[in-house]
Amino acid sequence: MKKFNLSINKIIIVLFLSIKPLYSAEMTDPIKVDWSFKGLTGTFDRASLQRGFQVYKEVCSSCHSMQYLSYRNLGESGGPEFSEAEVKAIAASFEVTDGPDSQGEMFTRPGRPSDTFVSPHPNKEAAAAANGGAYPPDMSVLVKARKGGANYIYSVLVGYEDPPPGVTLDQGVYYNKYMIGNKIKMPNNLEDGLIEYADGTVSTVDQMAKDVTTFLAWAAEPELEERHRTGVKVIIYLLLLTTLVYLSMKKIWSRIDTEV
Amino acid sequence: MSDQEYIPKSKAAKWFNDRLPLLTLGAHLTDYPTPKNLNYWWTFGGILTFCLITQIVTGIVLAMHYVAHADLAFGSVEHIMRNVNYGWLIRYIHSNGASMFFLAVYIHIFRSLFYGSYKSPREIIWILGLMIYLLMMAAAFLGYVLPWGQMSFWGATVITNLFSAIPLVGESITTWLWGAYSVDNPTLNRFFSLHYLFPFLILGLVVLHIWALHIPGNNNPVGIDIKKPSKDTVPFHPYITIKDAFALLVFMIIFAGFVFFTPNVLGHSDNYIPANPLVTPAHIVPEWYLLPFYAILRSVPDKLGGVILMFSAIFILFILPWLDTSKVRSAVFRPIYRQFFWILVIDVLMLGYVGAMPAEGVYLVLARVGTIYYFLHFIVVLPVVGLLEKTDPIPMSISEPVMTGGAEPSLARKLNEKV
Repeated sequence: MKKFNLSINKIIIVLFLSIKPLYSAEMTDPIKVDWSFKGLTGTFDRASLQRGFQVYKEVCSSCHSMQYLSYRNLGESGGPEFSEAEVKAIAASFEVTDGPDSQGEMFTRPGRPSDTFVSPHPNKEAAAAANGGAYPPDMSVLVKARKGGANYIYSVLVGYEDPPPGVTLDQGVYYNKYMIGNKIKMPNNLEDGLIEYADGTVSTVDQMAKDVTTFLAWAAEPELEERHRTGVKVIIYLLLLTTLVYLSMKKIWSRIDTEV
Repeated sequence: MSDQEYIPKSKAAKWFNDRLPLLTLGAHLTDYPTPKNLNYWWTFGGILTFCLITQIVTGIVLAMHYVAHADLAFGSVEHIMRNVNYGWLIRYIHSNGASMFFLAVYIHIFRSLFYGSYKSPREIIWILGLMIYLLMMAAAFLGYVLPWGQMSFWGATVITNLFSAIPLVGESITTWLWGAYSVDNPTLNRFFSLHYLFPFLILGLVVLHIWALHIPGNNNPVGIDIKKPSKDTVPFHPYITIKDAFALLVFMIIFAGFVFFTPNVLGHSDNYIPANPLVTPAHIVPEWYLLPFYAILRSVPDKLGGVILMFSAIFILFILPWLDTSKVRSAVFRPIYRQFFWILVIDVLMLGYVGAMPAEGVYLVLARVGTIYYFLHFIVVLPVVGLLEKTDPIPMSISEPVMTGGAEPSLARKLNEKV
């Protein structure tokens, strides 16, 4: 019986492996980056998160919203961990629409840490209209919303190329070898030396792409570090408890003649 | 049953027990004579109970923070993930819990298929189990719609559209299900209501399932009737409780592995894109546990035919006890059926695989072959094999040697050793 099953399994596996390549979309596999937040005990690179926020603020945020994040998140543990004063300053640098006041009027005021990130456009339609009809997606959970996650986002950021001969692009469409279908409406916004990092790091395209992707990965999973830490503790606890219960089971079943 | 009459020790307990015999029930559950040769495939009943309770408890907490409105649902899930204390943990337990629930239920069902647990006198247990399974699929589908991501929306659109295949009244039924002219806010609202209801229906059926089980008692790997209580049985507590606890803990380690280290691997990344009725995803796929049925659905070029075949794939299981003609329960003593059992397992796995792939080319061929074989297994293989198969000698009892006592000296003992 065992032998029979094994041979069938092998046939099936070989069959699946042989048909897998038949199904491949029109895109290059994303570049594999050795992110610090990968793995069972992965954590974010704090400096990279802070630089990534700077890239987001100076480059991405003019088109992309991040409506599910609050400025206070920037100071919370497991994130960029800006100091309380820095978070207040960052929040205050944005104008927030509030109200209505006692006269029924809306008014603007400097942002507070409890405010959510200010969106560049009042609504989706306005955002699309300002970007040639293509809505720049909200980036709060973007890393979780794309197959390939952080690797994919990073790859797209560094994947702009001149179109190969024979490929013609419409106005406002760019060639990107990692994008599905290779066509993207977001222009290549990164160039070497584009921004002056607060910590003095040289802002190469690769550096900025990595930093902002790290920032987006945190934005999508702000609980990642706590999740990993808790997970390790939970698994250790469960392993110990399982061992104890196993020994108890052996002891209890030793009263009768049956193996357990 | 063979339980001795339970007499409470204290007067107060006796007074209570005479009016509501909960203590008698407790004593019955504790002493319940269980075959001592149950292997670890029998621990999934307890694991499934744990899964159901986990889903209900986490689900109730999630419902305290979730907003069932088309404009707010996606944001409220993000609110749970970011702002609710341990919201991420509760939600990931709930979403991965659904997958773990199905993993356990599939093992439970295939265990039943292998050891013939659906056969007389356990048909009602089997049918109740299938009703639980049906409700589980419905609850899981409804729950998947609630985050109101792209797969939620389009999955709901595909599944509800199945009903439009019904002749004459199909369109009306679909509109009635939606509460609108497409999947929209009223749909989400009622799906939430039903998603909250179904687990409690499941809980009720689980009580009946266990009740029905306690009438004939457990089947066992040898598949023979046993005298209760006897040398072949052990009291449920502490023998089975401790064994179930051990198995449950191993299961929980795997569960925790998903929740803490790869919580989104079983989901679809598109469901983190808010629902958009104007953009259809490239491939609409259901969650992994529904994929075999999705493959069967798509293997038929005709919509109504596909729907009928898909539902038949489930409903054929309801008559399984009468399709299987073999008098021998356990596949351990059925050398031919045993091989067909494994082919069925592989067939269902293959259907699941092609269900995740686009319905074209070689996948469509595989889906059709797999579908045809699935039905052949139940309609042809089971009745015929049951009649023609020469089964191995069956032991008299769990602890005694086989009836013939000849060439096959101690199948029963070998079994016990394995267990």
